[in-house]
Amino acid sequence: MSERSMARAEGATVQPQLREVPAVRMEAVYKHYGDFTALNEVDLKVAKGEKIVVCGPSGSGKSTLIRCINHIEKHDEGLIYVNGVELDHQRKNIDAVRRDTGMVFQSFNLFPHMTVLENCTLAPMTANGMSEAEAKDLAMHFLTKVRIPDQAEKFPGQLSGGQQQRVAIARALCMRPKIMLFDEPTSALDPEMVKEVLETMKKLAEEGMTMLCVTHEMGFAREVADRIVFMNEGRVVEQAAPEEFFKHPKSERARTFLDQIIH
Amino acid sequence: MSLFSPTAAVSYFFNYFLMKGVLVTIGLTVAAVVGGLILGMGIALLRMSSNPVLAGAARFYIWFFRGTPLLIQLVVIYSGLPQLGIKFSVITCALVGLILNEAAYLAEIVRSGFMAVSAGQREAAWALSLSPWVTFRRVTLPQAFRLMIPPLGNSINSLLKATSLASVISVEELMRRSDMLMQEHFQILEVYAAATAYYLILTSVWDAVQRRLEKHFGRSSAAKTRRVAASAPVAQASVEARA
Repeated sequence: MSERSMARAEGATVQPQLREVPAVRMEAVYKHYGDFTALNEVDLKVAKGEKIVVCGPSGSGKSTLIRCINHIEKHDEGLIYVNGVELDHQRKNIDAVRRDTGMVFQSFNLFPHMTVLENCTLAPMTANGMSEAEAKDLAMHFLTKVRIPDQAEKFPGQLSGGQQQRVAIARALCMRPKIMLFDEPTSALDPEMVKEVLETMKKLAEEGMTMLCVTHEMGFAREVADRIVFMNEGRVVEQAAPEEFFKHPKSERARTFLDQIIH
Repeated sequence: MSLFSPTAAVSYFFNYFLMKGVLVTIGLTVAAVVGGLILGMGIALLRMSSNPVLAGAARFYIWFFRGTPLLIQLVVIYSGLPQLGIKFSVITCALVGLILNEAAYLAEIVRSGFMAVSAGQREAAWALSLSPWVTFRRVTLPQAFRLMIPPLGNSINSLLKATSLASVISVEELMRRSDMLMQEHFQILEVYAAATAYYLILTSVWDAVQRRLEKHFGRSSAAKTRRVAASAPVAQASVEARA
């Protein structure tokens, strides 16, 4: 038996003691860009079905944190497990993790040369081997869910920012992820578009999706999050339930941060 | 003797001997574009690779072939290489020279196209578990290609005219055959007027092809204009109804 499978076997004897394998487990994760430390000994555990809002000043490592979870950024040190699969830079493990996670980006990143429908069917057809008819049904199901089935034949450039972001959410859901990662999903939107995207995210939360969301929308955090993770200079400075975090932030940094953003 | 005989120019234009030269020019251009694109694509991929040796080799290639005149490259391949015992037919020499030279330019065009596709597109493809091949074929290549068309068109236009340099190594394309007719009849302006007309026709045809390509591959960016255009007939109809 190889050393790795030994480690797995040992892990397996430990796991039953936990109630459930966490959706995400990060242990002492570091990420460096040259001399800059983007993640500095980050520990984080997210239970299945939990909704986490990650906040903090710009450059605090929030985006890097969630981008490491589906290996869009490679972490340099430490351990990351997603649904029990270790992200160890091996191709098959990265693939497994990416299949379990959906991601929504600040700048939507829809494929501009494809229609809304094609954006949604590409991955199910090519990565999951679905037939075109099945993939279309699936796509229409999720486009209906985000309330834009009538825009299916349009190109992303013809839609408003809010509509594009809802398409991006539907596109991610078409791969039936178990965890959704949101990287400042409303930061690039005009103010009147923010609500429709947040409503879509709330609906997803109500259905029990595990969510990690980097956002400055504190109203959303208060209403939806089970836990707020506050980051500063690459570290998780504090984490608490929204009520607790907003009323009694423990760290000085969190207090000044909240003073700045809540008017 | 008149200053310029239009009838002679027209007769040179329809000269069978010259027309066959036009076909050679077209053949050289098409072959050099196809060969240059394939080679250029490969060099662009090497140039973008994270391996410093491969990227360095590609940079050297581009530096060398863009930094020396095509004329010298052709003469060296045709007259210089035989000194080392490497000998090709005339037409092969011309093709090798044109392809090697064109590939250097096209590689940079291909690279610029791929670099202009935002990193977010690749990240979205990764996040959706698309394979590297699907990401390349369905996501980055179509977007890069759309951006490549205008500079590609420019380069192919230049290439079409650069094929005339092959006349120096005795390839009987349009330029060479014009020279031969000129030396036979001494009607310099008349012969070159016919040749000029052919080059203009060929570049104009290519312009038209390029416009169609731009239109076809720009469908998503054109979508906005199309939406406006689609609503226009309605407005027009209502105006007509009122009249």
